[in-house]
Amino acid sequence: MSDLSATLPLSPPSQLSVVTEKRLIRQLAITVALAFLLLFLVLPLIVVFVEAFKRGLAGYFAAFQEEDALSAIGLTLTVAAIAVPLNLVFGLTASWAIAKFEFKGKSLLITLIDLPFSVSPVVSGLIYLLLFGAQGLWGKWLMAQGIQIAFALPGIVLATIFVTFPFVARQLIPLMQEQGTAEEEAALTLGASGWRTFFTVTLPNIKWGLLYGVLLCNARAMGEFGAVSVVSGHIRGLTNTIPLHVEILYNEYNFVAAFAVASLLACLALITLALKSFLEWRHGADLAGGTVN
Amino acid sequence: MSSAFLLRFKQPSVLPGFGITLGYTLLYLGLIVLLPLGALVAKASSIGLTGILFAAADPRVSAALWTSFGVSLIAAGVASLFGLLVAWVLTRYDFPGRKIVDAMVDLPFALPTAVAGIALAALYAPNGWVGAFLEPLGIRVAYTPLGIFVALVFIGLPFAVRTVQPLIAEIERELEEASATLGASRWRTVRSVLLPPLLPGLLTGFALAFARAVGEYGSVIFIAGNLPYVSEIAPLLIVIKLSEYDYTGATVIATIMLAISFATLLLINLIQAWSRRRFGYV
Amino acid sequence: MTNKFSHVAEAKTRFRSGSVWPTIGLIVMSGVGLLTLSGAASAQTQLLNVSYDPTRELYREINQAFADEWKASTGETVAVRASHGGSGAQARTVIDGIEADVVTLGIPSDIDAIAKVTKKIPADWRNKLPNNSLPYTSTVVFLVRKGNPKGIKDWDDLVKPGIQVITPNPKTSAGGRWNFLAAWGYSHTKDGNADKAKGFVTALYKNVPVLDTGARGSTVTFAQRGLGDVLPAWENEAFLVLDEFGHDKFEIVVPSLSILAEPPVTLVDGNVDAKGTRKVAEAYLKFLYTDKAQAIFAKHHYRPIKAEAAKPEHLAELPNLKLFTIESLQGNWDDIQKNNFDSGGLFDQISKR
Repeated sequence: MSDLSATLPLSPPSQLSVVTEKRLIRQLAITVALAFLLLFLVLPLIVVFVEAFKRGLAGYFAAFQEEDALSAIGLTLTVAAIAVPLNLVFGLTASWAIAKFEFKGKSLLITLIDLPFSVSPVVSGLIYLLLFGAQGLWGKWLMAQGIQIAFALPGIVLATIFVTFPFVARQLIPLMQEQGTAEEEAALTLGASGWRTFFTVTLPNIKWGLLYGVLLCNARAMGEFGAVSVVSGHIRGLTNTIPLHVEILYNEYNFVAAFAVASLLACLALITLALKSFLEWRHGADLAGGTVN
Repeated sequence: MSSAFLLRFKQPSVLPGFGITLGYTLLYLGLIVLLPLGALVAKASSIGLTGILFAAADPRVSAALWTSFGVSLIAAGVASLFGLLVAWVLTRYDFPGRKIVDAMVDLPFALPTAVAGIALAALYAPNGWVGAFLEPLGIRVAYTPLGIFVALVFIGLPFAVRTVQPLIAEIERELEEASATLGASRWRTVRSVLLPPLLPGLLTGFALAFARAVGEYGSVIFIAGNLPYVSEIAPLLIVIKLSEYDYTGATVIATIMLAISFATLLLINLIQAWSRRRFGYV
Repeated sequence: MTNKFSHVAEAKTRFRSGSVWPTIGLIVMSGVGLLTLSGAASAQTQLLNVSYDPTRELYREINQAFADEWKASTGETVAVRASHGGSGAQARTVIDGIEADVVTLGIPSDIDAIAKVTKKIPADWRNKLPNNSLPYTSTVVFLVRKGNPKGIKDWDDLVKPGIQVITPNPKTSAGGRWNFLAAWGYSHTKDGNADKAKGFVTALYKNVPVLDTGARGSTVTFAQRGLGDVLPAWENEAFLVLDEFGHDKFEIVVPSLSILAEPPVTLVDGNVDAKGTRKVAEAYLKFLYTDKAQAIFAKHHYRPIKAEAAKPEHLAELPNLKLFTIESLQGNWDDIQKNNFDSGGLFDQISKR
């Protein structure tokens, strides 16, 4: 499975005539590819900013003066601040177990870790409702104890953890596999403890890959819509995340504000892409465990 | 735990921490993923297989499933084709701004789906920048199945590009040169020397794009129009069934979707196993 | 054991050296997140009003007015939160455990559903507040495109072939149910027979290309996405579209007969007692019957029950038309819900393909 880590050194392509196409075909291919990307990628991005600034700077910033918008931003940051570290710890332990040891059922385990990636976000939300909704499996008992999970922060966090579950682990497993166990074994032979080996040998080797995984995990955590929408309850100022707030504004015909808030998420996406490209450019070799997968 | 069992289960290693890391991994996986999914399957099995099939045969449900399936297949196919082209252009040719374009390919992955949804709807609506051009031609994208297609191509593109791109980069120039010196035309070289090794990457990319597309919700609902029997996707129908307080209906569709997810993952694993045998890499 | 601790200490020394800064950053981030959490838990009194779709703008103003009033009379700060969606879908979230203090839904049967499943609301909730717990009423009118290109004048025009009608899903939306019942009642009044009325709604729903989950979704479909010829809508929602999208794009058509739409409000006893918010929640509901709130209802194009409290210019905007109640035609609400909208009811019968 891809982890979108395709980090290839973009070496200047050879222009030797026998191993490339005719100039005309080359230009045609470039034109078609760029036109396609323009239509499908660039224009949607531009339209977000154009619509957001349709009523000028004042109209743009008015969207952020609303209390509901601010609390949505706060909630999204909170959710990411809980979900990302949890998945980070999981990613580290899972990749240590999987990459450094040989055991039976490993490929099944990897497949199960991948599973949330291909589950529909709506299903990801639904399963927590089946468990924690008032009519769900444990909902009644939990509510009797005064514990609210669905339509509250814990439910939103759980759904977010689910959808971002594989990101860090999938980034680290191939990387750690690539690096093998020789360095760790040497450190241990020299008398270092397990913790020390991990912090001084393993972690420095994977830190860029780790950061990369965290970056992608965070982008997805802050932008998740479908799963969160199912478990949120859409209470303004309380359980609305930024993407849900965008939808609410959109449904209130407040298109400028909807796109203004959306532009915040678009900026997050651009920053993520920029950091990601920077990491690939600067630390490409430390990022990927070889090719895809 | 007896060491004999451990020996059979795990190969010996001097590295510490196997028990605790694997234990934590399994615990976390079990709590976050397996248990909730188990609740879904348990709920579905209380309906029984006949119940599931009966519910899936409901015309609106089956229409939504077919829409999701069909449009996702087409969109993943188109994304794969253009993904191959984009990956080829990005690795093989040089042009100004190539690195920026390369970075932009991941945009659909980083851009939240709801944002993509409203942006695509604004762009392809009859009064939008692109929609205004298509309207006189009689082509309506927003609020038709074509809108779903556009959103799903957007979602699937990075997967299609990123799975073939490294394979293109790894093609050995010597093979191409040999083929050319042996008198093959450039087209023949591309067809019979360059493309076959890309096949596993293409197929994996297709399967990944399909897996994401079939479950996609956020970007689609804003642009689809959501007409029952026409442009209503299965994930939306789950949400509608929930709103109607029809938990059984929602569970049935969700279970079918889950089965599709499993099948796609299995397919990807099979492709990679086949590729390892056939080409010696994944 | 001691050995292990010294390793941890070593690890910590290593920590300070800064080679693992991403990890440190994340731990700090999560700490901040948890602090934010505990901070949020100790905020001021919060009321949650779970409402239906078109009341977003209305309750924003009402909630502010109530918070000001409460502050002035008691000195306490209260924040009223609102959640909106299709009325049936909203009732479902309350059944599923959202901690609503009050529900202000689009149709009585949705509150009945909460009362039946959760027992958090007494079965006789209608008698707890004045006017059958209805602080305001409304009706269904038609919204058409400017110039009324399809010449729509009355309900009969909606069943003509080739007319596209945009209306929400009656299973999830109160507005959708009022539209359905209004069309049924119109035909029943005109033809005097339930079979003809069934044929009438069958023909009407054949003309519906899309069923959104809530009234707001239908409005967006009609007004923004440009689908359909006519939108039978809550009166207040039709006026809102004129205000938001411009009087030059749409116009309102008033049918000869329509339904008296009754969106009720009530307290969720089970929740307010658990949360200790009964006093302020009751005050909130009482506030809806004050002159101040009644004037706000009229301002947002709802029909206040105390007409004298509203500004005359707001009342003058509301068209005069003949209204019937569905109870006068179909009996009590249990039967209305069961016969029309429950599984196997009239709507299911006519929407089979």
